[in-house]
Amino acid sequence: MSAHAHNPAVLHHFADAEQQKESATLGMWLFLATEVLLFAGLFLVYTLFRWKVPYVWVKESYLLGITLGGINTAVLICSSLTMALGVHAAQEGKKKALIGWLLATMLLGATFLGVKAIEYHEHWEHHKVPGLNFTYTVPYDNAHPYKVPEQQVFHFLYFCMTGIHGLHMVAGLSILTVIAIMAYRDKFSTTYYTPVEMAGLYWHFVDIVWVFLFPLLYLTGNHYTGGH
Amino acid sequence: MTPENALPKEHYLNHGYGWKSWLLTTDHKRIAWLYLVSITLMFFLGGFAAFLIRLQLLTPQGEILRNDTYNKMFTMHGVVMIFFFLIPSIPATLGNFLVPLMVGAKDLAFPKINLISWYIFIIGALYVLWIILSGGLETGWTFYTPYSTSYSTSNVTAATLGVFVLGFSSILTGLNFIVTIHKMRAPGMTWFRMPLLLWALYATSLIQILATPVLAITMVLVAVERFAGVGIFDPALGGDPILYQHMFWFYSHPAVYIMILPGMGVISEVISCFARKRVFGYKFVAVSSLMIAVFGFLVWGHHMYVSGMSPYAGMTFSLISYLVAVPSAVKTFNWTATLYKGSVSYDTPMLYVLGFLGLFMVGGLTGLFLASMGLDQHLHDTYFVIAHFHFIMVGGAVMAYFAGIHFWWPKMTGRMYPEAWGRLSAMILFIGFILTFFPQFILGYMGMPRRYSVYVPEFQTLNVLSTAGSTILAVGYVMPLVYMLWSLKYGEIAPANPWRAKGLEWEATGPIPAWDNFPVTPTVTEDAYNYPQRPVAEIERERAAGRAEGRMPELASGD
Amino acid sequence: MSSAHHVVPLRIYFTIFFLLIVLTGFTVFISKFDFGVMNLPVALSIAIVKATLIMLFFMHVKYSSRLTQLFVLSGFFFMGILFFFTFCDYLTRAWN
Ligand SMILES: [Cu+2]
Repeated sequence: MSAHAHNPAVLHHFADAEQQKESATLGMWLFLATEVLLFAGLFLVYTLFRWKVPYVWVKESYLLGITLGGINTAVLICSSLTMALGVHAAQEGKKKALIGWLLATMLLGATFLGVKAIEYHEHWEHHKVPGLNFTYTVPYDNAHPYKVPEQQVFHFLYFCMTGIHGLHMVAGLSILTVIAIMAYRDKFSTTYYTPVEMAGLYWHFVDIVWVFLFPLLYLTGNHYTGGH
Repeated sequence: MTPENALPKEHYLNHGYGWKSWLLTTDHKRIAWLYLVSITLMFFLGGFAAFLIRLQLLTPQGEILRNDTYNKMFTMHGVVMIFFFLIPSIPATLGNFLVPLMVGAKDLAFPKINLISWYIFIIGALYVLWIILSGGLETGWTFYTPYSTSYSTSNVTAATLGVFVLGFSSILTGLNFIVTIHKMRAPGMTWFRMPLLLWALYATSLIQILATPVLAITMVLVAVERFAGVGIFDPALGGDPILYQHMFWFYSHPAVYIMILPGMGVISEVISCFARKRVFGYKFVAVSSLMIAVFGFLVWGHHMYVSGMSPYAGMTFSLISYLVAVPSAVKTFNWTATLYKGSVSYDTPMLYVLGFLGLFMVGGLTGLFLASMGLDQHLHDTYFVIAHFHFIMVGGAVMAYFAGIHFWWPKMTGRMYPEAWGRLSAMILFIGFILTFFPQFILGYMGMPRRYSVYVPEFQTLNVLSTAGSTILAVGYVMPLVYMLWSLKYGEIAPANPWRAKGLEWEATGPIPAWDNFPVTPTVTEDAYNYPQRPVAEIERERAAGRAEGRMPELASGD
Repeated sequence: MSSAHHVVPLRIYFTIFFLLIVLTGFTVFISKFDFGVMNLPVALSIAIVKATLIMLFFMHVKYSSRLTQLFVLSGFFFMGILFFFTFCDYLTRAWN
């Protein structure tokens, strides 16, 4: 009971700050394990079709190009660094640095989404949006002269994977906004900065997903030289 | 006759009265009640659909429902009973109520997330219900492709998104339990001192966290595929329907353990109390829960033997399916050994447990029939599967749920339920259950397929038996609803520990827990179920004397 | 008392960042070459190394409790189960 008086950040059902922090960390990691399995389903579909129709995967991936995807990869890695530096600043109790790094992370995150939007727009212009605006590349190639339905599947998966990843980015940005406001209102101290850490874990996780998406979606066709 | 003690002045139920004190509560005990009320409604809704199905099958030509209405009914029955009742049943009601009490904590690790999980549940459930009732859904609870993605004209898209949302309620409950069990145990509560219900709920939570997201993403893919007309699962569009089955059963096989594992935990609690003995082979029973959870992830292919899966994969899945029976058998043997030379008393919760033991054994063993590839060629998609599944889920999980509700009712409400009515309903349920579902084994073996609204006249006798049984079953379910509600107001005031059971939830909290459970954090100094070793004859003598004086049965067995 | 309060020196963060950028360049470079069926393993290996670096250092898994490390692994372990048994089926289909 007396512990409550010392630290207002400790909720009443926890014995002490240590227990609260450990619970939050474990809870966050369990949540991330859930997220891993959520994306696992998408990766399974991806892998299975790539195994079934590798030539479609190579060629359709080639159509995506690597420039914008590459830029976005770099942007996200930078944002992971700024996020890590933000947590570091929180650990040392440097309020201004913390807010600065959080804003930098958010800016990079927004940049990512902006580039993504440009990409989506390009796909629309190139008629590569399954269900809404899709044109098959016909004839496909010498070995497979007719239109192959898996072409759509590739782009469908591309939109599912990057779309769900994008939604996670939006969620991450919202979380960081809240954290930044909390930091501005002096909610954190050198002994209590768990929310910053948890937001960091989430942000890095979203980055990790992209680390896999980039080679799987964009680089698969990078060696393709056949032209259309 | 009536115990002298009255209810304490202030407890968690009268801590506040307004609707806000319920709908915005973060108290795990009140959230348990929110769930209890919600899933009870769902249970009777799902039961109503089942009753219509049985009525339809009374005659070979089925005069009651149109064919598509029949399809919608069995889909509603399946979806409501599995996703809205069985999955949350024991974890979200008894689990929410008991986990913090059993570990000696003030609340779950994340009380707000606990409340959010109920809101996700109720919003998802009402949404799916509205969809089912407004337009209907006729894919069966399995949403098999390509029917669900390309051909069904019912509300599949909306329903799958609803199931997606519901999944997160289950995930959040599991997450809360795991963190609470890891981080919030009272001093002295080591892993091997934990009640077996906690072991079971821990194992359940692992499945909820690791399997549910795969179902969630599969549902999203089905919905988006319907929307975009792209074939991930529809072979006509280049897709792969067996891939859907892999992803669906990756969740849905482990999900049957989400439904039965908590029930097994309840059985362990009740059986040791009413046999006045420590559960035989405690450590084996504890670890077998984890074994079931992990092995349960490796066997999903036994639902797909006739789907066109590779026979080599089929053999692998078949072999592992046999292996997963081992930990379940370990539990059943150990429960039986617990009864051996125990001083058994036959109060309502124990009657349900005995019902569980018999029915679960039949259900489990017939599961082995279905796990063998050859036999499954004949039995797949017949009423044999229906009977097997209901023996496990109704004979097992629901029986255990009722055992648990009766067992902890005095602690949850501070009042006793009427014992005589309890015993009567337990027996009616058992008889009704056997009559309903045993004929279905025979029907299935004779070749009656599931999910058809008509059948050949030769099957009528057994179908009539089954329908007759289901009316008895219905009576058996309505009775507890009535007398439990009655006991809320008129039941005898319960003593703090009416069963003289062991466990923190009985010892430290008084007749009915206060708002924050424990005034002082308890310290655990002994193993679970540490019932004093006394000669059986002595306990029996005291019991008889107590009964003669008109005391409540179990109070007589003073340890 | 607990490793959870571990403050990682800034130098490590910058080193990891540098490695991540280099590995990204490397994966783009190597994807120019066609290794046939090995394309996916090569790309995945590099991605796994990157992800591991992020988890170990940016997400402090290296300094976390055994329990946390166990749960980090569990997610990937069960993902492995999903892949393993699904491909058990598909890779042995050509039986006739
Ligand atoms: Cu199964």
